[in-house]
Amino acid sequence: METDRSSGGRYRLWPIRRNMLVGLCAIGAVVIPVVGAFAYVGGFLIPDRLTQARIIDGFETVNGVHPGFRRNHAKGVCIAGHFTGSGNGVALSKAAVFAPVTTPVTGRFAVAVGKPFVPDNETQVRSMALSFRTANGEEWRTGINDIPVFPVRDAKSFYDQLLASAPDPATGKPDPAKLQAFFAAHPETVAALKLLKARPVSSGFTNASYNSLNAFRLISATGASTPVRWSMVANEPFVPASPATGADTNYLFDDLIARVSKGPVQWHLMVTVGEAGDATADATVPWPDARKRIDMGTLTIDHVEAEGPGNCRDVNFDPLVLPSGIKPSDDPLLSARSAAYSTSFTRRAGEAKTPSQVTPAEVQNPATAKGS
Amino acid sequence: MHTQRFPAFSRLLHWLMAVMIVAMLFIGIGMMASLTDYHWLVSIHRPLGIAILILAAVRLTNRMLNPAPALPSDMPALLRVAAHGSHVLLYALMFAVPLVGWGMLSAERYPIVLYGALNLPPILPQSDMLFAWLRTTHTVLAVLFFVTVLAHVAAAMMHALVFRDGVFESMASVRIGADTPAPPHAAAAARSTADL
Repeated sequence: METDRSSGGRYRLWPIRRNMLVGLCAIGAVVIPVVGAFAYVGGFLIPDRLTQARIIDGFETVNGVHPGFRRNHAKGVCIAGHFTGSGNGVALSKAAVFAPVTTPVTGRFAVAVGKPFVPDNETQVRSMALSFRTANGEEWRTGINDIPVFPVRDAKSFYDQLLASAPDPATGKPDPAKLQAFFAAHPETVAALKLLKARPVSSGFTNASYNSLNAFRLISATGASTPVRWSMVANEPFVPASPATGADTNYLFDDLIARVSKGPVQWHLMVTVGEAGDATADATVPWPDARKRIDMGTLTIDHVEAEGPGNCRDVNFDPLVLPSGIKPSDDPLLSARSAAYSTSFTRRAGEAKTPSQVTPAEVQNPATAKGS
Repeated sequence: MHTQRFPAFSRLLHWLMAVMIVAMLFIGIGMMASLTDYHWLVSIHRPLGIAILILAAVRLTNRMLNPAPALPSDMPALLRVAAHGSHVLLYALMFAVPLVGWGMLSAERYPIVLYGALNLPPILPQSDMLFAWLRTTHTVLAVLFFVTVLAHVAAAMMHALVFRDGVFESMASVRIGADTPAPPHAAAAARSTADL
């Protein structure tokens, strides 16, 4: 009895007693599985798991690393203006932005490529990103593109397509065998790309219309939920892109700057109301043309500025920054976009910034700064 | 013999926060490696983090009003330093991790939605570099928190299984009330015979 006390008390750790061994085993039995579970949940035990970091790594593999720039839609310019709600949407959504009030808007036009110095004529997809900040302190961000549907339906397909269409270092072009294998496994992408190729490409940013691609849900004051997709439909008459765009590698941006300097440009926010059977979880599938469309209000853009500290350069246009009154649908791409945008933002935020290809001087005077 | 328990309210706060913090650490590490589940995990992460911050303030106040029972008189100085130091660290992290999270979202100019239209105001100005620094700090502190919680659990088990000094029971007891002496210490008696 009390042998432990006589040689240092119950806190004595040496020489090792039997209950010490039992205690250490019990601690190991608790701590080791908890550490294992933590590592598993964090993805460390599954090297093949598709994470937001791997998706952004994929962009960096395909486009190279351009410090300080977005990993996709890297070349862009900041815009500002306002949105005036029509009031037509208040029955569908309680979001303050749809009331017949005017909300300040900031945003960004970009080309959908991960290279910040890509010549405009090498791009086919243009994007508009918007941030609405309503008087009640809420914010709505949306990133929309001038394509009718998205080429893939989930993050895994997105990643696989990104790598399959990466240029082969030997040829500078995607490996046809890899692309073939991807398309064989993804008939939905083949169908979606058919729609993308059939669409007429606009001559510029201001006469293009931009689509949410993903479905969302509008929530009314009484809690009713309506599946929707939305579009910013240009007021400017559509003009198809001409094949010859001249020597100006920034012609899309220069045309935008010149156009806004002459006066405000407008779009109508059209909400397409989904019906039973319309795909909400598959952005590759278009909704029928006959669906009801509601004009929710008018977007006016009257200001363009080059990317710089604190403006659109430093905003993550996460599609799940939503006000109450708009909710995500069951589309798995939305959460994946939110995750990947966050990782892209985190990486570029900590990197030294260099000026955008669309420089402040160019925004001041696009006529004298014709690309480079 | 160590005979005092923590007050019942202190024990309630401890175990409530234990569940919340462990859940939070797993949600935090998990959402950084999740695509489809990212959004709903983040939607829990932010309000849960603020709840932990509020409870940490309640808990610190409670600890000042209702001090912890003294450690056993025969506990060696080194263990006392380790015990006090780890508790100071745990309290500091309960405040620091959520505050850094709030600060980093502020520097990102990212809306901090708690529920519905209820948003938290920013506590720092927008700054991309500040965001990047706080974002890294948030992860480093969270991993430190996880390690400290594990050390805390290991220490509690040492008290329960090896030292058998009543310290574990002072927090693990489910009895109401604090200052009544604990019943005759069965564990210590059992140890005495087991050690024969």
